[in-house]
Amino acid sequence: MNFWAIQTLNGISFGMLLFLLAAGLSLIYGLMKILNLTHGSYYMLGGYVGLAVMRASGSFVLALLAGSAAVAVLGVVMERFFLRRFHLQELPQTMLTFGFLFIFADLALWVWGGNPQTMAKPPLLAGVTALGSLNYPTYRLFIIAAGVVVALMLWWFQDRTRVGAMLRAGVDDEEIARALGINVSLLFSLVFAMGAFLAALGGVLAGPIMGVYPGADFEVLLLGFVVVIIGGLGSLKGALVGGLLVGLLDNFGKVFFPEFALFTIFLPMALILAVRPTGLFGRE
Amino acid sequence: MNRQQQLAIAGIAGAAVLLAMPWLFGSYYLGLATKMIIFALFAMSLDLLIGYTGLASLGHAAYFGVASYATGLLALRLGWGVGWALPAGVLVAGLTAALFGLLALRARGSYFLMITLALSQVLWGIAFGWRSLTGGDDGLPEVPRPDLGLPWSFADNTPFYYFTLAVAVVSTWLLMRVVASPFGQSLRGIRESETRMLALGYDTWRYKFAAFVLAGLFAGVAGVLYVYYNRFVSPDYIHVARSAEVLLMVILGGAGSLFGPALGAALIVLFENIVSGYTERWLLVLGVVYVLVTLFAPDGITGVVRRLRQRKAGQT
Repeated sequence: MNFWAIQTLNGISFGMLLFLLAAGLSLIYGLMKILNLTHGSYYMLGGYVGLAVMRASGSFVLALLAGSAAVAVLGVVMERFFLRRFHLQELPQTMLTFGFLFIFADLALWVWGGNPQTMAKPPLLAGVTALGSLNYPTYRLFIIAAGVVVALMLWWFQDRTRVGAMLRAGVDDEEIARALGINVSLLFSLVFAMGAFLAALGGVLAGPIMGVYPGADFEVLLLGFVVVIIGGLGSLKGALVGGLLVGLLDNFGKVFFPEFALFTIFLPMALILAVRPTGLFGRE
Repeated sequence: MNRQQQLAIAGIAGAAVLLAMPWLFGSYYLGLATKMIIFALFAMSLDLLIGYTGLASLGHAAYFGVASYATGLLALRLGWGVGWALPAGVLVAGLTAALFGLLALRARGSYFLMITLALSQVLWGIAFGWRSLTGGDDGLPEVPRPDLGLPWSFADNTPFYYFTLAVAVVSTWLLMRVVASPFGQSLRGIRESETRMLALGYDTWRYKFAAFVLAGLFAGVAGVLYVYYNRFVSPDYIHVARSAEVLLMVILGGAGSLFGPALGAALIVLFENIVSGYTERWLLVLGVVYVLVTLFAPDGITGVVRRLRQRKAGQT
């Protein structure tokens, strides 16, 4: 019994990290139709910057904020100065984001070396919490809580705020939104900042449990893709449901079939593709 | 001289250089030339999708790598000779492409990109994780070079160079036949406007599927050659970084011309060789090349040449 509860919670906490990653991937695609291959790098860079700040200052909160904010700036720079020139041109955007993926991967390897590094847990969250008869690491519960808070905030932002309404208008029909006087190009930068911020936030949050290491960028990029393939591009609900699903499948896959762990996420993906090529909540 | 004569002379000169390569360069550069030819074939196979059909696959290394593994395993574990292991490797690549094509071609645009990438990374995950079969991260070392029962051993660079050249020439000839055929014309039609082709009564899915499998088969040929060349295969062969690299080769050379991607491949292989001699930061340099090519030569070298020629023609 405890085994199932622990593994399920592990899966959900990882799923929340994937949600943070996929939410940005999905938002960016929804508004700009950009498939951002650098998104996994945002996660990894967030982790590295967070780690450096944590070591220098000892403050976890500062690490979270600095890691996410620094990468958000990076995202805006990429959008403003590079991707914007190739609006709606799939191949050049792919080439650019591939290029940045390699640049960031190699720079990170240069600066932080090839060894995996782990961030210290903040003392307040380092222990275990009793859930009935079960003692479960507090930090993972914190990740789940953080994911829920972000999901609620994103929902509130999209559904209840003026900027969120503009964003939805831009996703629905960019040209009409422009004609109505909405500053769509400002929205582009905002969404890129948000997406990069969330991915990096996931990277910092993952630091204490999964560590930061070279290759994490490719790894989470793949998982992020599977999440949005399952959930549907452009949908926050899809990112959440897909994230939790992939988190659970990945976790149980690694427990039961360590050599073929990827299959447990790949098979459902293939099934969903066969039935609904645009994902559970995606639109054509 | 008209253009056709110029092309014929250039072609003959190129063929002469390729044939005389072992006398022109030392063994080391001959190895490099062999690698260039293999990647040229690999890039041309992707061009069939990107340049001719308008399908940008981000997981093309899957077919290259799976063929390498199949041939490597058959040669190592079952002792198969090249006569069986080469076609088997190519066949496995084709079957993989058929399976992935069934899934990926249901989707369009960005979904197609993501799915091709995700599927290829799944194969990478299997190669990485299934240690008992694939050797995991260490890969499969000491794959023997092919033995055709000829008096020349393919362990030497010169005979293996000619073997690679022969296989690549036959493959290129086949690819040229494919793109020049009515089938190839239909693929271009799909690239330009799939809706129009559908309206004309073409079952475009079938054409795209056939192109996808063909591209996988030729990538498989390149993969088999490469495992014999390196005598080694590791999960890196399938990694998305390799798919990205071959995409760069196609774009740098200029998609849609077969010759362009082959040139792009040769240049990237040469460039990597030179840069790696000076710095360990090849990936960083490569990343910058992606950005520069996209900003300044989005239609590749052949595109730049075409524009220059048009400008010249406009002046006179």
